[in-house]
Amino acid sequence: MLRKLQTQATEMVLLAVIAAICLVLSLASDRFFTLVNLFDLLNASAVNIIFAVGLLVVLIAGGIDISFAVAASVVQYLTALALARIGGGGWASGLLIAGSIGILLGAFNAFLIHRFRIISIVVTIATFNIYFGLLMFFTRGVSIYDLPDWWTEKVILFERQMADGSWAELRLPVLVMALCVAATWALIRHTTTGRQLYAFGDNPEGARRFGISVAAMQFIAFGWLGLMAGIGGLVQAHYAQEVVPNALYGRELDVLAAVVLGGARLGGGRGSVLGCVLGVLLVAIVQNGLNLLGASPYAFRMIIGVIILVAITLSNAQVGKLLAPRREGRAAP
Amino acid sequence: MTSPFLVLPLRRPQQGLSADLAGPLAAFVLVMLVFSLATPRFLSSATFGSVAFQLPELGLLTLAMLLPILTGGLNLAITFTANIAGLTVAWVLHRNGGVDAGPAAFALGVVLALAAGAASGLVMGLVIAFSRAHPILVTLAMMIFLRGLGEFLTRGGDISGFPAFIRPLGHGSVLGVPVPLVVFLACAGLWHLLLSRTRLGFNIYMIGSNIAAARYSGVDTRKVIVLVYTLSGLMCSVAGIIMLARFNSVRVGHGEAYLLITVLACFLGGVDPFGGFGRAIPVVVALVVLQLLSSGLNLLGASQHLATAVWGMLLVAVMILRWLAGQAVARIERRRRR
Repeated sequence: MLRKLQTQATEMVLLAVIAAICLVLSLASDRFFTLVNLFDLLNASAVNIIFAVGLLVVLIAGGIDISFAVAASVVQYLTALALARIGGGGWASGLLIAGSIGILLGAFNAFLIHRFRIISIVVTIATFNIYFGLLMFFTRGVSIYDLPDWWTEKVILFERQMADGSWAELRLPVLVMALCVAATWALIRHTTTGRQLYAFGDNPEGARRFGISVAAMQFIAFGWLGLMAGIGGLVQAHYAQEVVPNALYGRELDVLAAVVLGGARLGGGRGSVLGCVLGVLLVAIVQNGLNLLGASPYAFRMIIGVIILVAITLSNAQVGKLLAPRREGRAAP
Repeated sequence: MTSPFLVLPLRRPQQGLSADLAGPLAAFVLVMLVFSLATPRFLSSATFGSVAFQLPELGLLTLAMLLPILTGGLNLAITFTANIAGLTVAWVLHRNGGVDAGPAAFALGVVLALAAGAASGLVMGLVIAFSRAHPILVTLAMMIFLRGLGEFLTRGGDISGFPAFIRPLGHGSVLGVPVPLVVFLACAGLWHLLLSRTRLGFNIYMIGSNIAAARYSGVDTRKVIVLVYTLSGLMCSVAGIIMLARFNSVRVGHGEAYLLITVLACFLGGVDPFGGFGRAIPVVVALVVLQLLSSGLNLLGASQHLATAVWGMLLVAVMILRWLAGQAVARIERRRRR
């Protein structure tokens, strides 16, 4: 029991912080604690959460990936082209194509990492530049607005008219997000592969000697992130109703910050789906709250930066240790 | 990041004019050969002129990235630190008459800009040294903060209108050598001396190789880490000031695309991704290679985007070559042991 509490400490702290922020915001703004706002929040965070759970798997396996967001842009473009070739398609073929291309791009990272023993940050910084450079080169930065109807049509899962006449609507991205979160949770919590990913991330050499296939781990982790990037890309284009080649550029670092805020460790072996979702939601809620409070949009990122900085400092600093007299050689930076 | 065993073949001790220079030099020769054959206009003073003027911005930022990487960290806030430093100069100049501001105002601006950059680095260094947070996270948070701060202050716009005497700093030449290049070479020389001749440099390598061992041998690891990030911030300020003079304006987001390129340049220059190994000179050679590549591709009519993709491919190619070299060395040693 104690052990369980300890391993979930980050999630509990995050929940408490989110609850506190929600409390303050609902007191400060009467528009915060409404169904409309809640659904808006979920609709807007869906894509980031899809990316986040994918990235989580790579972080657990001890890797890092910078390239997934531009990979998602590549997927969007190629999927749009492929769908035009087959004459429109539908959600099934769209997901199949986007997912396959995503997995291929992820597997390319895994191939370089595993075959040539290059560490993941070097590989993914290289592929980040390759994917983005080639995408901008071949598309000349031109967006695609002419997408098949099924792709851009708004799909509403649940709607309700509120007392003031506004509509609260839950859209398709949220369903896709829920499925991705559930699938990732099942993968890392309820399969042997999931346990192996944790073991591999925590101690790769130990895992290898134990008989876990290093290659399989790399391909599963990066393939999973590729799949999520593909699905996320498809959903983002659906949400934005257009494909813009640099729309997702820069998203990778925002998602990375949120995932690590959720307790995943750079270096592997730790992290949970719940924490990861909460990390993304925390940032989204703060942004949403600042928006409702009428803060200047230019101040958003500044405040979010401070929050992440403080959160990271507090969650890592052992405050007691800092205050207590330094013991010989113990206090590690 | 990943397991240490994955890089075992790459780790080799440094020896004089060592193997770490071989990769960048080979790439240099290759790039020169390919482009001279591809287009006769490549081997001209125009090419080298454009390289000489473009190199310093990326180069100074890369120097700022180099020290943190050598300690096993990373500084993702470099580009926005440079922007904030540029903003500081712009602010002081505008406070003192804008276009009519005197050299004294500029000097004050430079001092304040250096202080701003150092302060940003200092905060990151303190957080990294005294909490156990990973440098990627701390600097990422600082990057998000500085970007927000800059956008908040400028409302996303450009700031221009600087006195004319600043122009030579970005576009002038001294004895035929562009001023920005002079500044860059001076800074690179300084970094080389710092790393190879000072105790701080030695301690940086110690920490990058094995921080626990460094601490047990009496190195004040926290002090070194704080210093490293502060110096990194200082170098960002220099880059920011040069960028201000080059563009004759400041905009938050200028040079943003350089961020991951600086990391690429460091790795291309033979710096160990885990820290502990790497020198300034090979990194400078790698920077020259990158700029020659983009100038050459430009001459052939390709865009900067294609050049970016080729930079990425070059990094992969160099890492694969290093792996092959490591394999070959291992094979020879195994044979010798038998």
